[in-house]
Amino acid sequence: MPIITYREALNQALDEEMARDESVFLIGEEVGEYNGAYKVSKGLLDKYGPRRVIDTPITELGFTGIGVGAAMAGLRPVVEWMTHNFALLALDQVVNNAAKMRYMSGGQFKLPIVFRGPNGPAEYLAAQHSQALQTYWTHVPGLKVVAPATPYDAKGLLKSAIRDDNPVVVLEGELMYAWKGEVPEEEYLVPIGKADVKREGTDVTIVTYSKPLKVVQEAADVLAQEGIQVEIVDLRTLRPIDEETVYQSVRKTNRAVVVDESWPVVSVGSHMAWLISKNCFDVLDAQVELVASEDIPMPYNHTLELAAQPSVDKVIAAVKKVLYLGE
Amino acid sequence: MAERIPMIALSPTMEEGRILSWKVKPGDSVKGGMVLCEVETDKATMEYESPREGTVLKLIRQEGESVKVGEPIAWIGKPGEQVPDEVEPSRPSPLYSQAAEGTKPTTTTETTPREILPEKALSPVSDQPLAPHLTTGVSTKSSPLARKLATELGIDIRRVPGSGPSGRVIKRDVLRFHESAGKLPQKEVVSTATLSQPRMDREVPVSGMRATIAKRLSESFFTAPHYFLRVAVQMDALMDARSRYNAEGTQKISLNAFFIKLAAEALRRHPQINSTWKGTTIQIHGSIDIGLAVALPEGLITPVVRNCAGKGIREIDQELTALIQKAKQGGLKPEEYTNATFTISNLGSFGIEEFTAIINPPGSAILALGEIRKEPVVTDQDEIVVRRVLRMTLSCDHRTIDGAVGAAFLKDLKDMMEDPFRILL
Repeated sequence: MPIITYREALNQALDEEMARDESVFLIGEEVGEYNGAYKVSKGLLDKYGPRRVIDTPITELGFTGIGVGAAMAGLRPVVEWMTHNFALLALDQVVNNAAKMRYMSGGQFKLPIVFRGPNGPAEYLAAQHSQALQTYWTHVPGLKVVAPATPYDAKGLLKSAIRDDNPVVVLEGELMYAWKGEVPEEEYLVPIGKADVKREGTDVTIVTYSKPLKVVQEAADVLAQEGIQVEIVDLRTLRPIDEETVYQSVRKTNRAVVVDESWPVVSVGSHMAWLISKNCFDVLDAQVELVASEDIPMPYNHTLELAAQPSVDKVIAAVKKVLYLGE
Repeated sequence: MAERIPMIALSPTMEEGRILSWKVKPGDSVKGGMVLCEVETDKATMEYESPREGTVLKLIRQEGESVKVGEPIAWIGKPGEQVPDEVEPSRPSPLYSQAAEGTKPTTTTETTPREILPEKALSPVSDQPLAPHLTTGVSTKSSPLARKLATELGIDIRRVPGSGPSGRVIKRDVLRFHESAGKLPQKEVVSTATLSQPRMDREVPVSGMRATIAKRLSESFFTAPHYFLRVAVQMDALMDARSRYNAEGTQKISLNAFFIKLAAEALRRHPQINSTWKGTTIQIHGSIDIGLAVALPEGLITPVVRNCAGKGIREIDQELTALIQKAKQGGLKPEEYTNATFTISNLGSFGIEEFTAIINPPGSAILALGEIRKEPVVTDQDEIVVRRVLRMTLSCDHRTIDGAVGAAFLKDLKDMMEDPFRILL
């Protein structure tokens, strides 16, 4: 099976879906001539022309609104945000139009639109450009939110997102674009709303998604050397969330740690921890622990920047806490 | 923040526990689950596992002290942390608060009296309210899974010592308790199917009670130099007398009550037997407190009848019956089974002819009674007659009792058993 980058996987998904369906088009800043700020749309302008790969001014609210209108008119736009930090400017279009139109029109309008771009901290980007904003999208009924952590999931989920008749927000990651992984040559889809057990274990369940998966996998390797078998559930989709896969795992391990790189207050992670506490109450042998980023704006200082985010050490400490193992 | 560690209920009925030995000292760092001290509960000696991790800052109570559930025993916190100026607790409640007068506790508090600061002695015992769950006498913190497991296994979760934070009972505690509670499959009946299969070894965890028996009796047998005196006693006079009294229709008197009374009478005449070796001194006990070994499924226990010299046989019998009943229900308090000054072990009902017993400390001697059986006896007139004979063996600690002293006691006891009127002489 070919090993390709996360970036290439997304590119393949866009390419395949644009070839498959003429109503699919890409719109955003630098997506055409520059081949994308992170080169995800590389070669697409040449292949599909400027009618389907559209460069826009720096106007997030504007081009996101154009996308929503196009979707209502029957096209299948893919709106690229250079990062989710900038997408805050487009929040009104997403929350009040994209997420609401199907409901408020009594189903007369479908909103087959994808909003995608890198989310979460990268490096040396400071407080305004280094935020994990998934909570903003996941909070809103009417949206679907996916957060693939591997090239395989990225390609499969983006294809599913483009084919979905509802607005789907895709959370990518600047540091993840270069991650490599196996992606089959033949076509496949990853269904929205289905979590994936990335590692099987018996002692503790770690629920995570997106970039922290790698931190969690490293922590699991370290813990395995101490005889602690970690089961990793990768949510992949944040809305609708695949609760059953999580509960099945927790019923097996009796312990859960949630690892989420956004802030800890009213986050996807804290919501997940609540769901587990509520629905797995009788099988829990310990409180559910949450490893999140620190509740602060991201520091520019690199040491502090790293210290503010979930780390292997933090994950190990949380696992030992729920296993009642002293440090 | 330093945390005051309270005595917790280590058995469901425990109201207070005696700290037998500290396993930590100030300055030691402890982890949750590490043993802080051994506590003698009303049932057994239990290990008190630390409810939290940190550094032991102070031990409030000393070895040998009895502490009520909920009262603080130690402080644990960060190294070097200052412990709030603790109001010294009032003197520990005497071990024998409910026992007969004339008895003294043989705890270490006797030899190392506590300092009571006058200005503090007037203050209330504790300035901090105790957590409500501690005053109920049980540890109620438990994980949901532990509760579910306990229900499934039919375990009262309040009996399970918790090893989680603040004594929380977690899954492993329930499983450990389940294993050690002898809840092993009760299929001891050998079926034909299992006969053909190899009988597998199995490891049975040592219960707290068994550990105590092992420790105490090993200590006794390997430190006290035992010797044994054996006599045969003709029991006809005593047996006939008992039959007569029992025929009066009132409560039947057990034979053991007669033995206890007669032994008490002999002990009164030979006080050296009723003693304890203390290393530099020998303690001659004022009260004659006789323990009777009782076999329970979990192990051996010796309910103690206090002050036997001052009690009649019926009174002794009533007390004994109540104590044995309590022992079988597992409800004996420590003061009801500890510190016998003399012990009797009777294996007659098993058809044992005679046997030797290991001295039950702090006593200096133990009397082992065999079966009463008819035997041919040669009388003073050289006639062979059939008599009911009891063979008994006295085990003595040679440190306190020389052979002649033990023999004199045993002779008096034998004479009184053969001719109970001698009690009055």
